[in-house]
Amino acid sequence: MFSASYSPWHALVGGVLIGLGSLIATLATGKLPGISGVVSKILRRSKGEMGWCVIFLAGLIGGALLAFALIPPAAVYRPQHSLPILGLAGLLVGFGTRLGGGCTSGHGVCGIGLGSRRGIVATLTFMAAGMVAVYVVQHLSGGPRP
Amino acid sequence: MHVLLAGVIFGAGLAVSGMTDPARVTGFLDVTGEWDYSLALVMAGAVGTFGLGQLVWRKQTKGRAWFSTVLPVCDRSLIDRPLVIGALIFGIGWGLSGFCPGPALVNFGALRIEALVFVPLMAVGMILARVLVGADRE
Repeated sequence: MFSASYSPWHALVGGVLIGLGSLIATLATGKLPGISGVVSKILRRSKGEMGWCVIFLAGLIGGALLAFALIPPAAVYRPQHSLPILGLAGLLVGFGTRLGGGCTSGHGVCGIGLGSRRGIVATLTFMAAGMVAVYVVQHLSGGPRP
Repeated sequence: MHVLLAGVIFGAGLAVSGMTDPARVTGFLDVTGEWDYSLALVMAGAVGTFGLGQLVWRKQTKGRAWFSTVLPVCDRSLIDRPLVIGALIFGIGWGLSGFCPGPALVNFGALRIEALVFVPLMAVGMILARVLVGADRE
């Protein structure tokens, strides 16, 4: 089932792990572990929440690095575009996730998982915006392809 | 310990699912190209596990979590302008880079140059959202 190259099983199993990690963090803290929210709480030194947020992110990075080392297809990495475009994208992702109150994990996984209309609307909106951005870059401007 | 374990599982899931590879994310968003549906499977697995898990847990415990905390409930506030505009801005950045915050942090941890540029500017964007438009004030 778990072949040496990437397969749909990797996507599904990885997704289940993301959901499970989110669930355990929620049960342990009583808070939703949306990543953009966790980062923001660290940035603003949120009282009483800094601790679990730092530990969660340390685990997140450690768990992924472990998977990179143990499961070859997990380590595949094909960056998109030049560093200036990525810098601009970083600004947009930071600003947009906090204005909208969540990212792929907070609105997508936790929001939709709780049956939240806000989560569903946000997720459909950022997916649609992402599709338009990719279309513009890859098809209209003749920009770099993966 | 629980939170650390949760982070490790979440991070391993991001990597195994291929979501730390920006090309796999833009491959999903590139609907007019060779569409890569992996991200939809990842979301289905994650939403299904989290959604079912919290539902079963809630039924069994009447909404209590561990360490005398309470399970968060669904946010029933209305769809408003910041939600939609924020999601639009986030989506554009996501499409341009193939990075959302989780995978960006992981690649930052892996010292990949693109994420070393992306993550500090993401932090700046978050601070700007708080300072300029009052997002995230508690």
